[in-house]
Amino acid sequence: MILKTAISSIRTTWKGMALTIRHFFAAGKTRKSIDIRDDNYFAQDKGVVTVQYPHEKMPIPEVGRYQLDVEIDDCIVCDLCAKICPVDCIEIESIKGTGPIGQTSDGTTKRLYAAKFDIDMAKCLYCGLCTVVCPTECIIMTDQYDRTVTHISQLTYQFSDMSPQEAEVKREELAKQLAERQAAKDAALKAVNKKEE
Amino acid sequence: MVLLNFAAAILALDFYVTYILVALALFSFVAVFALFAVYAERKVSAFIQDRLGPMEVGKYGSLQTLADILKMLQKEFIVPAAADKILFAAAPVIIFLSVYMGFATLPWGPDIVPSALNIGVFYVFAIVSVESVGILMAGWGSNNKYSLLGALRSVAQVVSYEIPAGIAIISAVMISQTLDLQEIAIKQGVLSSESVKFLGFWNVKEIGGFLSWNVFQAPHLIIAYVIYFIASLAECNRAPFDIPEAESELVSGFHTEYSGMRFAFIFLGEYSMMFLTAMFGVVLFLGGWNTVLPNIGDLHLADWTTGPFWGIFWIVSKVFLIVGVQMWLRWTLPRLKVDQLMSLCWKILTPLAFFCMLISGIWQLVIM
Repeated sequence: MILKTAISSIRTTWKGMALTIRHFFAAGKTRKSIDIRDDNYFAQDKGVVTVQYPHEKMPIPEVGRYQLDVEIDDCIVCDLCAKICPVDCIEIESIKGTGPIGQTSDGTTKRLYAAKFDIDMAKCLYCGLCTVVCPTECIIMTDQYDRTVTHISQLTYQFSDMSPQEAEVKREELAKQLAERQAAKDAALKAVNKKEE
Repeated sequence: MVLLNFAAAILALDFYVTYILVALALFSFVAVFALFAVYAERKVSAFIQDRLGPMEVGKYGSLQTLADILKMLQKEFIVPAAADKILFAAAPVIIFLSVYMGFATLPWGPDIVPSALNIGVFYVFAIVSVESVGILMAGWGSNNKYSLLGALRSVAQVVSYEIPAGIAIISAVMISQTLDLQEIAIKQGVLSSESVKFLGFWNVKEIGGFLSWNVFQAPHLIIAYVIYFIASLAECNRAPFDIPEAESELVSGFHTEYSGMRFAFIFLGEYSMMFLTAMFGVVLFLGGWNTVLPNIGDLHLADWTTGPFWGIFWIVSKVFLIVGVQMWLRWTLPRLKVDQLMSLCWKILTPLAFFCMLISGIWQLVIM
C-alpha cells in the first residue's frame, strides 16, 4: 500500500515536473497577439501569454463596446437612456425649447435642450442598454477602453455643449414664453368671463 | 573564501581582522545571492506559468529586487500593539544568524574554508535547526493567530524531516569516515590522499571527476541524497513543504506581521537557507568543490580544473543547479498537508534512510 503510494507519487511528481520544464523552456516564445476571429486563435498553446499592456495592446474589433460617447447634436433629450440604465449613471437635465430647435441627422425634430448630460463612467457597467433604447442612436459605445484620470470627478463625462449661462438664457426664454402664454390664457379667460356677464 | 588567503597574508598582524573580513565577504555573498535568487525565482515561476515576470525595472526587470530592497530599507518598523516587543524584534535576527553561521564550516575550494571544524557536519546540522527557534519566536511574538499557527507547524515539521535528513547525512559520513566538511570534500576528488573507488571496485584516485563523488563511490548514497534533498526542502520551508507559510491558509504564516528590513532579513534567511542546504548536500554527496571533469588519458581535465578559483566555480555552479531544482519543484508541486508530510517522512523517508545507513555500514566493512 505505502509502496504503491510512494511509486505513484514519484511517477506523478515526475510527470508534473516534465510538464513545468516544458513550459519553462517554451518561455522564449511569445504567443502572438492575434485577432480572436483568426482561425488559428486557439492553435497557439505554447509560449508566454503576457501582454505588456501599455507597451503593446491587443487588437480589438473596430466596433468595440467600451466607453460611451454621445453625439449631443443628435440627442433629442428623451431621457430613455437615463431611465433604462441599471446603475443610474446617466444624469440628464432638460430645458424645453420655445419651439422646435432643430433637427437631428436622421430628421427627428429636437424640442429640448440638454442643459446637463453627464455619464459617470466609474459607475457604468458597460451593459449597452442605453445604446439600444436611444431612438436617434446618438449614444454609442466606442473602441476606447483606456482612460486614466487623476481625480474621480474626471470619470464623469459631460456631454452637454451648453454653458450654464446659455442654459440660464434658455430657461428665462422658456419662463417668458410660459408667462406670456399664461397671460394670454388669463386675458382670454377674462374676455370670456366679461362676455358672460 | 579567496579573501581568506589574501587577507591572511596582508593582515597577519591581526588575527581577528581576517575573521571579520571573511564574515563580511560571506555576508555580502549571501546578500547578493538572495537578491539574485529572488529575481530568479520570480522569473522561473513566471516562465513555468507562461508569464514574463518582472519586466519594468531595468533590462528584463533585472533591477527589480534592488528596487524592492531599497523600498524595504525605507519602510517603517511596524510592531503590533499586542506583540511581545523583544521576541518580535529578535526573531528575524536569530533566523538569519542561524543560517549565516552555518556557512562558517562549509568549504568553497581546496584550502578555502572559513573554519575547518572537525565536527563540521554536526555543527551545520545543529546550527540550522536554531532557525526553528527563531520562527517560533516570530510566531509567538507577533501575537497573531496565523503567525502562531505557522510557527507551531514549523516546529512540528522539524521533528519529521530532521530524522531522515540526519540519517541520510550519517550514511554519507560513514562512507567518508570524517565529520570535517573539508576532509569530506577532499576525499571526493583527485586531491584525495587515500584511494577513491568508483562503485567500490575501480580506483579512480588518479581520474577524479564526477566518478569520485560520494554518490558514485557508493551508489546507495543517491537514495540518501534524494532523502536529504526532500528533507532540505522542508528545512527551507519551501513548497511542497511550505506548511509554516501556507499563503492560502495562514496569510503568510510566521512572518505575517513583519515589514521593512525585518521582513527583508527573514527573506534573506530563507534564501540563504536554500543556498546553505544545497551547498551542504553538494559537499556531502556531490563532490563539493571537486570538478565534474575526469582525467581521460593525456587530457588531465580534472587536474586542470582543480584549484581555488575552480573550486569556487564548481561548488557555486553545482549549488545553483540544486537551487534551480528547488525552484522548479516549488512551482510544480502543490503543498502537502501536515499529515502527508508526517506520513512521507516517517513511513517512507525514515525507513529508507535507515536502510541507506545499513548499506553504508556493510559497504564500509565489506568493500572499502
